[in-house]
Amino acid sequence: MHIIIVGGDKIVYFLTRLFQSKGHTVTIINRDYDDCTRLARSLKSVIIHGDGSDPAILEEAGAFTCNAILAITPNDQDNLIICQLGSKRFHITKTLALVNDPDNETVFTKLGVSTVFSITRILSNLIEQQTAFENVINLIPAAGGKVNMTEIILDGESPVIGRRIKDLLFPVNSLITIILRNDEPIVPGGDTTLLENDRIVVMTLPENHAQVIRLLTGEYM
Amino acid sequence: MLYIIVIGCGRLGSYLANSLSRTGHSIVIIDKNQNTSRLLNSEFSGFFIEGDATEFSVLKQARIDKSDVVVATTQDDNLNLMVAQIAKQIYQVKRVVARVFDPNREIIYRDFGIETICPTIISGEVFLDAISVPPAAMGGK
Repeated sequence: MHIIIVGGDKIVYFLTRLFQSKGHTVTIINRDYDDCTRLARSLKSVIIHGDGSDPAILEEAGAFTCNAILAITPNDQDNLIICQLGSKRFHITKTLALVNDPDNETVFTKLGVSTVFSITRILSNLIEQQTAFENVINLIPAAGGKVNMTEIILDGESPVIGRRIKDLLFPVNSLITIILRNDEPIVPGGDTTLLENDRIVVMTLPENHAQVIRLLTGEYM
Repeated sequence: MLYIIVIGCGRLGSYLANSLSRTGHSIVIIDKNQNTSRLLNSEFSGFFIEGDATEFSVLKQARIDKSDVVVATTQDDNLNLMVAQIAKQIYQVKRVVARVFDPNREIIYRDFGIETICPTIISGEVFLDAISVPPAAMGGK
């Protein structure tokens, strides 16, 4: 596969190495002369110094015969125009654009870019995932990963506070094994009511794990 | 009276904003540099928004959905083309014009249905006219 990458400084170096190791051909277009020189010294690929949104430069990079174009300059507008020229002028089927403004993800998709990704969105999703589960700890896979033991602290936002265990729609093959209330262990029965700050240890299987966590914390995995 | 959004408050953008405001239109002008607002004269009675027009929320703040005309006049061809397409294809703004300096890019986007004005070609023609060089096919003898 022949890939054209426009823009990007450090990332383009590692991307190119990665693509080349998988047997792809990469052509790099970069506006900055010093970046081009540095890349040319360290990579075995064609490096073109110029504006990637200039049709003549794209043609020189082999846009008519390439399979994909990746636009990762720091400017959203440049990435859009590069991808549009790629698809409309050079009929490249796969166009990928980086956007800074997450709102531009939808905008660029509507304007014909095949794949749009936002580092802002990716990072914020990662952080949310990490913080959303601060009450879920000690994930222990047992029996070779077939069974999970998970400790959950029920905070004020948990939807199960004040409810009896038998009233919860617990999936089959899952179980609250023990409750630690004020450091006192309680072996729960169906009539046990769950309270705020209870630490509960649940046993789940991979297929119902997410469902149980959601039931107890109200949060999505 | 039309609701007109002008992108870029440089010499051209401010000229358009001042003239259109004088003739009674409702104008919002966007520029990422607050200092450019000094180019707006006493005849200008519209709004100035300090912001980057590639940021979607800035266009929404300017109420692009309610606009009749969008004119993109910044120095950045790609920005002008991007905003023009958002206005035309996402918000169906009736009249959209983008300034594009690069003649190659201008031709391509005109073919895609974006109304463009290329100062390079326009002034090139005026210059050729002024120095009266006959076309090559006819000249030389």
